[in-house]
Amino acid sequence: MPSFRVNVIIENRPEIVDPEGDTVLNDLVLKDKKTPVKKVRSAKMLRFEIEAKNKESAEKAVLALCNEFRIYNPLVSKVSVETLNA
Amino acid sequence: MKVAVIVFPGSNCDRDMYHVLSDVFKLESKLVWHTDLLPKDIDAIVLPGGFSYGDRLRAGVIAAHSPVISEVKKMAERGMPILGVCNGFQILVEAGLLPGALLKNTSLSFICKWTEIIVKNNKTPFTNKFKLNQRIPIAIANGEGRYYADDETLKQLKRNNQIVFTYAEEINGASMRIAGICNKEGNVVGMMPHPERSAEQIINPRNAKPASLIFESLQNTLGVTA
Repeated sequence: MPSFRVNVIIENRPEIVDPEGDTVLNDLVLKDKKTPVKKVRSAKMLRFEIEAKNKESAEKAVLALCNEFRIYNPLVSKVSVETLNA
Repeated sequence: MKVAVIVFPGSNCDRDMYHVLSDVFKLESKLVWHTDLLPKDIDAIVLPGGFSYGDRLRAGVIAAHSPVISEVKKMAERGMPILGVCNGFQILVEAGLLPGALLKNTSLSFICKWTEIIVKNNKTPFTNKFKLNQRIPIAIANGEGRYYADDETLKQLKRNNQIVFTYAEEINGASMRIAGICNKEGNVVGMMPHPERSAEQIINPRNAKPASLIFESLQNTLGVTA
């Protein structure tokens, strides 16, 4: 069976304050006055390596795990996934 | 009568809690490892503070899947008094026994200081000896202590009298300055501050009497005379 890498990116929902991203923006990036950067959001990434029939089933299996084990708290976080061949 | 103090890998306030319960307030207590079964003869459960699993992923989330937690959930349903302090509060939230989330403090700093909280619900098993709005000088020590809930949940908490403690001062960006909440039934209480570090005059530079009322309330609930 083929292997896949599923990257799960967990970040705060847009309405939740992200002091880490704000600090990087305000105290680091914006020190360069010419920067075109408008916003920085921090996130956590978990990389799952998984055997599956195809990319879709790899992604589905990892998302099911994320929900079962509360890898993210849906009240405050959202997840996005990207799946690559291992 | 026994109080079970649950110990997770990384708990570090379990012995303090055990000492205060057993030695100071004469509540017979037992330390229970998180993979063990709960003793049959317990009447209350305390989840102490610390850094279970090193706060990996998110404070409390891994401990919330410990074997003992399914038993704690059963006891919660039966109405047993359950208190989660600091990391214990985070675990109760991650286990779904209390609503909301505990996020990193707005300052991103670990906050370790003395503060004051205000009693907003004096009907719980841990607050029934307080007057409403009574102030408690108490220690806090956390990095992920900013209580957050969405507007609808906050309305429900208010409507159901589930806000148990609020901070007297703005401290970490918590919604409505919440320091502690309870479930709808009132038997499960979570709080970020540390009553076990505050209930003895020798270690409280202010007044230890108010914090001691948390344990006296539990004595009252369990019918224990000091």
